Amino acid sequence: MLEVMSTRPQSLFDQLDAMHRLLSRSFGVEGAPGAIRSVAYGAFPEINVARTANSVEVFAFAPGIDASSVEVTIERNVLKISGVRSSGIPPRNATVQLYANERPEGRFSRAVSLPDDVDPLKVEAKYRDGILRISIAVNAAAQPQRITVQ
Amino acid sequence: MAERNELTTTPSSANNERPVLPAVDVFEDAGGITLLADMPGVTKDRLEVKVDGDSLSIEGRVELDAPAQMRALWAEVSVPKFARTFTLSRELDTGRIEANLKDGVLTLRLPKHAHAQPRRIEVTSA
Repeated sequence: MLEVMSTRPQSLFDQLDAMHRLLSRSFGVEGAPGAIRSVAYGAFPEINVARTANSVEVFAFAPGIDASSVEVTIERNVLKISGVRSSGIPPRNATVQLYANERPEGRFSRAVSLPDDVDPLKVEAKYRDGILRISIAVNAAAQPQRITVQ
Repeated sequence: MAERNELTTTPSSANNERPVLPAVDVFEDAGGITLLADMPGVTKDRLEVKVDGDSLSIEGRVELDAPAQMRALWAEVSVPKFARTFTLSRELDTGRIEANLKDGVLTLRLPKHAHAQPRRIEVTSA
């Protein structure tokens, strides 16, 4: 108990900070219905999904992870991202005093369902500046085509 | 009057967006304080670390290298901007702050003034 109290000060300001963060984000695209796989605030990594004419782009906001340790799988149109994140905090001892400890650490795993028309065999994943970007191609048959009238 | 017109014509989304507070870890050792801040998508040239008196502020804009014709399906990160301000205490030497940005994590090292570092006082017996 004493250790919890001394290493994680929960002042009123910390709580206000947390509240501010909660309020400063909105869930989902405005007006869009919530997804069945949506999760509570604070999930790691946070995910944005967008689509272009020929691909679905997934952006996972995962700062400070080792890209080679991340596992990305697609199974039945569900994209799963999992891995481990280690914090940069040195092991606690008498000389290190920890104050704020908000950054998530440890194992993480998130799943998003993809649109039906993606091609799970054409996937590219890149990690840059803390964002893992996964591009999944859309089936050629689902891409817009121009039909010539004869 | 002219100023007012200018104000009303600026796009509201660009100015009124409230930045997101980045999640941070802060810890202290004998030599100083270290702050780690999660700022995914922020690059070095879009990051600003400022010290003004006893206030330290960090601010960064998220850069998504995204094709122009993209339609959002789902967005948990809706404001592409991080900002947070901290109040520093006097024993920290603001002239020697070191900043490093890697994989979207900002590491700030705030060293203490030499005179503020803990010293063990030798007790001598007379």
